[in-house]
Amino acid sequence: MKFAVIVFPGSNCDIDMYHAVKDELGEEVEYVWHDATDLSQYDGILLPGGFSYGDYLRSGSIARFSNVMSEVVKAAEEGKPVLGVCNGFQILLEAGLLPGAMLRNQGLKFICRPVELEVVNNETMFTTSYQLHERITVPVAHGEGNYFCDEDTLKQLEKNGQIAFRYADDNPNGSLLSIAGITNKEGNVLGMMPHPERAVDGLLGSADGLKLFQSIVKHWRDSHVVNA
Amino acid sequence: MMKVKVHVTLRESVLDPQGTAVKNSLHAMNYHEVQDVRIGKYLELLIEPSDRPIEETVKEMCEKLLANTVIENYEFEVEEAVTQ
Repeated sequence: MKFAVIVFPGSNCDIDMYHAVKDELGEEVEYVWHDATDLSQYDGILLPGGFSYGDYLRSGSIARFSNVMSEVVKAAEEGKPVLGVCNGFQILLEAGLLPGAMLRNQGLKFICRPVELEVVNNETMFTTSYQLHERITVPVAHGEGNYFCDEDTLKQLEKNGQIAFRYADDNPNGSLLSIAGITNKEGNVLGMMPHPERAVDGLLGSADGLKLFQSIVKHWRDSHVVNA
Repeated sequence: MMKVKVHVTLRESVLDPQGTAVKNSLHAMNYHEVQDVRIGKYLELLIEPSDRPIEETVKEMCEKLLANTVIENYEFEVEEAVTQ
């Protein structure tokens, strides 16, 4: 399976993402600059964290109009897995690939620490390697991760099983329903504030994030490789 | 040239943690008459007039980029820019 890590001016988790896929997951991966106009050769699209375009105006609002984003939309429509982490999640929200928006953390502080998550849906292509309600430890690092949407959207998210991860116990940022990660209705676009790519080896304090990437590969092999 | 003044604020239904922090600080300074504080953004655009109505263009810019209508409201006023 071949992944693209999209690099925007101001991305800073691109190297972690690349390392997670290449060294820990053992799959092919390439950096793709934000002005790329063709993603057809990639099987999975990864939008890393950071501060694209300095977070000017709103997080993700300017990156959303990069050349590559129309290709990301195309990949999403084709059913390819699209994962946005942290700033990548914010970009997916601004692009309308996921519903809702991000507000400043309720406590106004930038939070950077490991948090415990609950796997709320383990039937998405990103979560099949987890148990339902499994608790995993993954770090967060954000100032704007306070997920918000209107009531109808929230009901839809719950009803359709689009909430993939919730903060277990403590909600660090005030997000609605303690949401940490959501998918689109089709289930092939996941946005999450915690960084699974920073939790792929015991040396990093947790390897719980690796199963997310393994789930993507498993889903891809099951549907693309004959006699897998 | 036209000058367009755009104000972007969080919607009423959205909590404004920054505004709340500022309100608490004003209360701590004994300005107890302050009922609420909302923090927003102010943008000034200089626009060359074209055939298209400027209100229409600016509205489109607000909807697409300048505001995120999931969480924000916007309003704007258009005035003749004073040439230096």
